[in-house]
This record gives sequence, structure tokens and C-alpha cells, in this order.
Amino acid sequence: MARIELAVSHAYGANPVRDEDYALRPLELTFEHGGAYALLGPSGCGKTTMLNLMSGLLTPSHGVVRFDGVDVTAQSPQARNVAQVFQFPVVYDTMSVADNLAFPLRNRGVAAALVKQRVGQIAELLDLSDALDRRASNLTADAKQRISLGRGLVREDVSAVLFDEPLTVIDPQLKWQLRRTLKQIHAELKLTLIYVTHDQVEALTFADQIVVMMHGTVVQIGSAAELYERPAHTFVGYFIGSPGMQFVPTVCEEGALVLCGQRIPISGTVLEQQRWPEGSFVLGVRPEYLALVPAYTPGAAHGVVIHRHDVGTYWLLTVRVGTGSVATMLCARVAADIAPPVADADVWLLLVGTHTCVYVNDRLVLPCAPDANGARA
Amino acid sequence: MKPVNQRAWLLVLPVVCCVAFSAILPLMTVVNYSVQDIISPERRVFVGTEWFAAVLRDADLHAALWRQLLFSLSVLVVEVPLGILLSLCMPASGWRSSLVLVLVAMSLLIPWNVVGTIWQIFGRTDIGLLGATLTRLGVDYSYAGHAGDAWATVLLMDVWHWTPLVALLCFAGLRAIPDAYYQAARIDGASTFAVFRYIQLPKLRDVLMIAVLLRFMDSFMIYTEPFVLTGGGPGNATTFLSQYLTQKAVGQFDLGPAAAFSLIYFLLILMLCFILYQWMQRVGQDRAVEQHDG
Repeated sequence: MARIELAVSHAYGANPVRDEDYALRPLELTFEHGGAYALLGPSGCGKTTMLNLMSGLLTPSHGVVRFDGVDVTAQSPQARNVAQVFQFPVVYDTMSVADNLAFPLRNRGVAAALVKQRVGQIAELLDLSDALDRRASNLTADAKQRISLGRGLVREDVSAVLFDEPLTVIDPQLKWQLRRTLKQIHAELKLTLIYVTHDQVEALTFADQIVVMMHGTVVQIGSAAELYERPAHTFVGYFIGSPGMQFVPTVCEEGALVLCGQRIPISGTVLEQQRWPEGSFVLGVRPEYLALVPAYTPGAAHGVVIHRHDVGTYWLLTVRVGTGSVATMLCARVAADIAPPVADADVWLLLVGTHTCVYVNDRLVLPCAPDANGARA
Repeated sequence: MKPVNQRAWLLVLPVVCCVAFSAILPLMTVVNYSVQDIISPERRVFVGTEWFAAVLRDADLHAALWRQLLFSLSVLVVEVPLGILLSLCMPASGWRSSLVLVLVAMSLLIPWNVVGTIWQIFGRTDIGLLGATLTRLGVDYSYAGHAGDAWATVLLMDVWHWTPLVALLCFAGLRAIPDAYYQAARIDGASTFAVFRYIQLPKLRDVLMIAVLLRFMDSFMIYTEPFVLTGGGPGNATTFLSQYLTQKAVGQFDLGPAAAFSLIYFLLILMLCFILYQWMQRVGQDRAVEQHDG
């Protein structure tokens, strides 16, 4: 087990000059020992690069990687003693399932009795006990991926286990079960787990701390609740949640907000005492917090329902706020137990509330940004 | 009732013609010869299976067959491992890779009889680099005089000529292995040998099967190079099946026995390739069943 410190940047090409030349722009990041982390971001944002830098499959073009304070930048994955599981299953075709699971242990000269015991435990955990004697090449994709996971987890003494979107090929049903297994393993063994994914649900349910990445930079690190309630960057707000956070360009004038051609008085709202930024800024609101309120409630904007959509447990309303060139479409979630307004109905949406975030140049300014520990990359 | 459209046959006709003229008619001519004794263009006698019986009892042919089998096996035993080794040493990408590919493929571009000529000169004890060097070193080498030397030279020539084919096939097979396998092996702490044994070799199975079949068929039909180099000698030491056949058909003009033997030769190659293919197909599967039962 180890505390992993990164102070690196990486470019695949030689002589990087512009920011775009970097797969990973210069950053400093620490993964505490025993933590469960997720690296979350869209494809091509540098997640896998960061993972490979930690495992040693890749040597950073600049900077150092430290495990427990020791510089391991030049060390091989074997010397770093990390385990890594890849997106697509890798099994040794000619070996049985048991031999596959035992492979990392045998390569390190672990005693046969201990190998047998560990293989038995891991097979039990991953529901592979019945298949132990079978040849690995004839199994289904998800069984093969469970073998890959098993090879990653079979060593007890690893510094960290790194997962690179390991559940992509697994059936949705089994995904939940495997993710729970991983959490259980984390709780029992207190391993450092780092999990790369572009699936926010996976990240939010798996990790204690989520590292959100974009264009080779880290934009925010925080718990699921922090990322949800106070996205440090508009990208995080947009990326997390479904649908994501919505943004409305606004200016503040004499005790009222002007947006979409409407003047919204803020006296009497919870944010009345806030110091609003000078000039134009952006209001960020999540569909869940856009409550329907009586007409002319302070902090509410007027809109017209365009469309309503039954999502089962709730209604999703599409509301047009404002008219003409300044009109903005907003989504609002309405509980299924009340009768939702029909199309073309006039509604009032509460834009200014405790959950409202304010952004200037894509950065959170209100409510005061959470401790931006390491997020400034 | 739906009218049946027979026009599709017209579309198949060109292929039927091609195959008829390129394969079926020549083969039938051979079948025709094999059952007749052609005394002169005007006089011929139907002899039934007599030629087949005679050919199968021919001691020279038996000797040539065993020689041929030994040669083909030697070719496989040397060229396949050597080809794999070579492909593992070839650079994977960049200009070096292109350069090495061209260099390796060079010998494949040389016509057969030129290969024979090259080695004939190469092995000469007076001016050939190989022959003269060995003679200087005090080795009594002569591919024309000693059966063993002739054998070794023919084998070496074939290895030089055809190992690159095996290497190129394996190289292509190696490049098709996804990077994730090598990464996983590094994470699992696998040694270079383990990577070869558990990743590269299993993934090369299919291309190796093609390589073995090609090299087996080709070496089993070898003619030009030994003909140019040793002419089948000294004695009959390097007379392989094709050469034996040519001696019969062209040298002695025994068309009947030659035709009968051609058919046997053809069926022999077909059968051996079939057996080889079946065996290689099962190499992987058997073990799986064993392990499952065990």
C-alpha cells in the first residue's frame, strides 16, 4: 500500500510547446493510501494516461511519481508492485482459469500453498469457483473480465490497484454486483483503489473522492456531494448529473437579476445578502432544484412549458424562459405525484435558491468555492 | 408456378471454363496416360492399374519418398523455430522496421533457379565463399562429391530461401497482438519467456499453421533448386520426388508410370496436408478437454 504523489506532465510527442501538445498538463496530485478514487472525464481527457503514469507502463515526459515519498519515476510496474486491470479482458488463452489467477503470484515466487489459498478466495469473491479448472479462452467476455479483475486483486501486498474502465464489457446487471464486490474488497483489504471511468454513476457509487478531468487538466476533486452541489467549474456541473447543470447568462442590477430579458427581484430570497459579481456572470441550476413556485415569487422566472416527458419516477419539463434571441430552454424535474403543467402553460421557476451556483469565466464564485485542494491544475 | 430462371448458369460459365482448362483437363490427361501404355503416337494399349502397381513396388521411388519426408521434416524443424526467433528480433515500428522487412523479404523475390545457381557458386571449393572458406579451414567439403554435404547444402539453401516467409507471417501475427496483453504481462510480472510462452506463441497459432502447411507443401514439391545445385546427386542422395518424376517422364519418356506416379504424388500431398491440418487444429482443443476432465 502506498501514498501516491504525482507532480508530472506528459506529452506523447517530442518537444511539446502548446497546451494542446500535452496529454496531461502539469499537475500535482496526491492519492492517500487506502483511498477509493475515481478519475472521471470524457474520452481523451487524459485519465488513462494518468493511470499508466502511476502504474509505470508509461514514464512521464516531465516530472516525478512518488510512492510513499520514494521517487519511482524510473521503476517498472513490477518494481512498483501495482496491479492494473484494463478495459478489455486480457486472459492467457492456453491456461486454465486457476492458472490465470495464480500467474501474478507464481511470477513472484509465492509458495504453492499460499497461491492455492489466494486463488480460492478470489475465485469465491468473483464467482469463478465453478470455472477454475476450465480453459480461460472458452469463456464469455464478462467471465474473462472477472478473471482480469481477479489477477489484479490476487496479490495482497500491492501498492495500489488501478482500474481502467474495467466494467465496460460487463452486463449492466453484473456491473452493480461487481462494483459492490470491489467496494467490499476495498473495505476489507484497505487497498488503494483508483478507478478510471467516463460513467458518472460508476464514479459516484464507487469512489470516496472523485477527480474530474478535462482536456488533460484536473478541474475538481471532491466527494460525490461536493461535485453535485458545488461544481467548481461549469464543465463539472454539466458533466455530472443527468441532465447536467444548466447555465443562464445573467447580470445583477439594483437588487434584481436580469436574465433572458426578465428582471427578477432577489429581495426576500436566501441569496439576498450575497455579494453578486460585477458585470455579467452565469447562474448554474440543476433540473432537480428548479422548483415550480407561485407567480411573482422573488427569485423566480417566468416561462412557458414546451414539452413534458414522463421519465417514470418524475416528470421532466422543458420550459422556455424569455422570448426571441434571449430565450433559454431549461429542464425542470417535477415529482411524479403532482399533476405537471401541460404544454403551453405559464409556469414560474425558482432560479435563485440555496442550491444556485454562480460562475464567472467558468469558475465557481458563489457560494464561496469549496477548498480547492489540488483542483487548481 | 414460379418460372425457374436458369440464366445464373451463364454467370458461372467463365469460372467453369477457367477451372476446366487450368486444372480438370490437364489432370484428366494425366489420368488417361496412367491407364495406358503409349508405345507410339498411333499405338496405345489399355493396361488398367498395372502402372500404379508397378510404381508402388518401385524401390527407387520408396527411397525418394523417404528422402523427401526426411527433407520436409528437416525443413519444418529448422525453419519454423528460426522464423519465430527472427520475427521476435525484428523491430516493431519506424523506418528500421520497414528496412528490415525489405531486407528479410529479399530472398523471397529471387527466382528458384537463380537461388540454385547462387548456391552452386557459393558452395564451389575453388571460388565460392562458402566452399573455398571451408576448404581453407581444412574441411573436406564438396556438395558434388559427398552425400552429406549435398544434403546439408540443399537444406541450408532452402532455409536461406524460405525462413523469411515464416518470419514475415509470424511478424504479422505478432503485430496483431493488442498492446494490452503486453501491458497486463508487465503488471503481472511475467518474464520474457512467459510472455512468449503464454501470449505470443498462443496468438501465433493460426499464422504458424499457415506457415507450416505452406512450407510443408512447398518443400514436398521442391524441384528447381536441388536440380540446379546437385542435379539429384551425388548418386541419388538428393533426388526428391519431383526430380524422380521428371526423370521418369521427361528423361526416360515413361509416360504411363510417370502419370500414375503423378496421381499418387498429388494424393499423397493432399492427404499429408489434411492430416497436418487436422492435427494442428486439435493441438489447442485437446488440452482444454483434458484440463476440463482433470
